[in-house]
Amino acid sequence: MSKDYTYVITRKEKLAESIYLMDIKAPRVAAHCYPGQFVILKIDEKGERIPLTICDYDRDNGIVTIVFQALGHSTKLMAEYEVGEAFRDFTGPLGKKSELIDMPREELSKKKVLFVAGGVGAAPVYPQVKWMKENGYEPDCIIGARSKDFVILEDQIRQYANNLYITTDDGSYGMKGNVNDAIRHLVQEKGKHYDIVVAIGPMIMMKFVSLLTKELNIKTIVSMNPIMVDGTGMCGACRLTVGNEIKFACVDGPEFDGHLVNFDEAMKRLSMYKTKEGKKILREKEGETHHHKDCQIHKE
Amino acid sequence: MDKLKRVPIKEQDPSVRVNNFDEVCLGYTLDEAKEEASRCIQCKNPRCVEGCPVSINIPGFINEIVKGDIEEAFNVISKYSALPAICGRVCPQETQCEERCIRGIKGEAVAIGKLERFVADWARENNIAPKPPKEKNGIKVAVIGSGPAGLTCAKDLAELGYDVTVFEALHEPGGVLVYGIPEFRLPKEEVVKPEIENLRALGVKIETNVIIGKSVTIDELMEEEGFEAVFIGSGAGLPNFMGIPGENANGVFSANEYLTRSNLMKAFDSNYDTPIITGKKVAVVGGGNVAMDAARTALRLGADVTIVYRRSEKELPARVEEVHHAKEEGIHFMFLTNPKEILVDENGWVKGMRCVKMELGEEDQSGRRRPVEVENSDFIIEVDTVIMSLGTRPNPLISSTTHGLETNRRGCIIVDEETGQTSREGVFAGGDAVTGSATVIQAMGAGKKAAKAIHEYLLAKKR
Ligand SMILES: Cc1cc2nc3c(=O)[nH]c(=O)nc-3n(C[C@H](O)[C@H](O)[C@H](O)COP(=O)(O)OP(=O)(O)OC[C@H]3O[C@@H](n4cnc5c(N)ncnc54)[C@H](O)[C@@H]3O)c2cc1C
Ligand SMILES: Cc1cc2nc3c(=O)[nH]c(=O)nc-3n(C[C@H](O)[C@H](O)[C@H](O)COP(=O)(O)OP(=O)(O)OC[C@H]3O[C@@H](n4cnc5c(N)ncnc54)[C@H](O)[C@@H]3O)c2cc1C
Ligand code: SF4
Ligand code: SF4
Ligand code: FES
Repeated sequence: MSKDYTYVITRKEKLAESIYLMDIKAPRVAAHCYPGQFVILKIDEKGERIPLTICDYDRDNGIVTIVFQALGHSTKLMAEYEVGEAFRDFTGPLGKKSELIDMPREELSKKKVLFVAGGVGAAPVYPQVKWMKENGYEPDCIIGARSKDFVILEDQIRQYANNLYITTDDGSYGMKGNVNDAIRHLVQEKGKHYDIVVAIGPMIMMKFVSLLTKELNIKTIVSMNPIMVDGTGMCGACRLTVGNEIKFACVDGPEFDGHLVNFDEAMKRLSMYKTKEGKKILREKEGETHHHKDCQIHKE
Repeated sequence: MDKLKRVPIKEQDPSVRVNNFDEVCLGYTLDEAKEEASRCIQCKNPRCVEGCPVSINIPGFINEIVKGDIEEAFNVISKYSALPAICGRVCPQETQCEERCIRGIKGEAVAIGKLERFVADWARENNIAPKPPKEKNGIKVAVIGSGPAGLTCAKDLAELGYDVTVFEALHEPGGVLVYGIPEFRLPKEEVVKPEIENLRALGVKIETNVIIGKSVTIDELMEEEGFEAVFIGSGAGLPNFMGIPGENANGVFSANEYLTRSNLMKAFDSNYDTPIITGKKVAVVGGGNVAMDAARTALRLGADVTIVYRRSEKELPARVEEVHHAKEEGIHFMFLTNPKEILVDENGWVKGMRCVKMELGEEDQSGRRRPVEVENSDFIIEVDTVIMSLGTRPNPLISSTTHGLETNRRGCIIVDEETGQTSREGVFAGGDAVTGSATVIQAMGAGKKAAKAIHEYLLAKKR
């Protein structure tokens, strides 16, 4: 069925329970993408448009890497596809490149950057850490996960991070606790200084990281993943309140100043189409990577 | 037969059609078309043609219908329009060709649009398609956007022998024809797709999933991929919101989102995966074609729908036919009313809308009377879904990534009106990207002019 489609899967790996990595042949995207941007994938004729962050790219071979969590109907269907099969549509790169990449080199070289990845958030963090190292900077990174089995891309990130810290909720690997415990530990106990935190993960995690970094007075960039349809600024489904302004995440973002984002509103909007099924799976599989008792998904 | 009156056209009964997405208007039969065509008096100086933005030889094709040679009628139309089955359905004929028709002075104008539609439908059903050009010249031209402007420009250039590639950001070509205008006014599989296939048959390549400015820039197309001219027909897709409190609540949508979910993503069909929130009581804010389309879509999805418009019925910008159909189907209208706030429940969902009464004051530049608020006239309407249909603007993606491309204050690309030439050599533009939201046929007219100008530009360049 998928033989006629254009965007061929050239590699597939299972990184953890229900988390998959895929390489997709998409030369136009590979030629132009940067860390921080995303793509929209549509499985077949009847599929939804699924936004996914670009995790890596190989310009020479026209390959784009994505990492996704098989949560609901569409992502589970994606997970059934194998190498050699293809998706109908794959478009991008969408959104703006990471703020760090556009920052003047001189300015960035004076900044100490800490990346904070929660769950699948390690996927979008990875290309940014890699880009920084390859451009001569020395970023630190925290990966937070529910347990050892859910820590993904550890080796890849370790290659490029100056220091890599791992936290798990159950203490089965690295430090026991959540990413905020780790940030506090680094900043308040070990006396580390950071100028910029880049936090990417579930919205609830980004919210609480932003609250903490506000207290610690560290500039914070988050990558928002609201519901999207077109991804090109046409529908407004992805709108967020940032400061006093309405922003479209797909064209104005997906990165925003974490201290200005209205996370509560964004989380409510995200729950709009959550299927009962999706919610159930999330609760079972993700468990406490959401970390907080106020999590929308847990309350419902 | 009363020559002052039109031959009536069959429509789906309102009580039936509110439950389906099938086309409302069923079209003429051959006999009915011939009869209607015989009402045209074949004017020597046909005023109708002046009203058509692409100057279709209207008496010419109507005369062929009278003779019963529908294939020839199609050939006549095809000289001017690439999308007759579409224009015959969605053109605001009553303010264009039909408004000028001499028959309209004493009686009803000839049903030019419906006849055009009949001819195009007949040609499709009989597998008659435009013929590919004899010779190709191998010169590459890029067309950005596959709405009516882009498709028309591509067709004319392909017929002149150019090697044309259309780049489309979405996964399906057609622009507003596929993502905006609903199935029940413009069937996608039966009408839009075949007209796009006709283009492919002419040798036009269509590359979907390419966002110019992101996937590749115009500069790269010209410098690296060998395109010698570019036409921008990227439309005006960016939706406006009101900026009132509560507008980000769950259950508030732009008309574009609502219509895209339903049309492009086919959310109304349970075989497709994209979800849509139907709502029980829906308010649609605005009074244009887009508002009517959103309202009638929500109705078909099972909601009770009210259109909230700040001026009076007389000022409604939507086509008369659409307003008429909407009323027949049971859409409520609340005129001289403007929303002030969307009321939100504790879970973040819409629970009502606070509105204020308006009255019409002095005329503004557009000659319409400006609505002003009536003091202390606030009232609340109970709704669970609000669809904002407040117009759209051009997307800045292309202008912000193309060197030397000038735009005006509203983000519209600045062009020479006669040629579509932009401030950048070899780059032309037309349609909603230049004018802001307008009509299908105006976009086609702009695509046509630009195709001619591109041809002349490339001829001069080769000399
Ligand atoms: C910019 C961006 C980048 C993203 N990057 C990644 C990534 O790299 N890896 C990854 O696993 N996921 C990523 N997501 C989330 C991913 O798009 C959703 O998990 C996916 O759409 C869920 O679809 P589903 O049908 O499997 O789930 P369901 O729960 O069945 O989805 C139901 C509906 O909710 C919407 N939806 C549900 N969750 C989300 C969500 N988190 N974001 C947006 N829409 C949602 C879907 O559009 C769908 O219509 C990203 C989202 C955005 C906006
Ligand atoms: C709901 C609705 C109902 C309407 N009803 C009517 C009607 O009844 N009668 C009528 O005459 N008019 C109607 N209109 C208006 C009419 O549809 C438009 O004026 C017309 O479609 C404009 O044509 P266009 O070719 O300029 O742009 P569009 O039809 O908007 O097409 C532009 C295309 O360009 C693509 N694009 C944009 N940016 C890029 C990019 N960077 N790279 C690649 N591709 C890009 C878009 O995805 C889109 O497919 C309606 C509009 C709407 C929204
Ligand atoms: S294209 Fe539109 S304006 Fe021209 S004749 Fe046809 S219906 Fe009339
Ligand atoms: S103006 Fe009316 S009657 Fe005259 S040619 Fe045109 S359609 Fe026929
Ligand atoms: S996804 Fe439609 S505007 Fe952002």
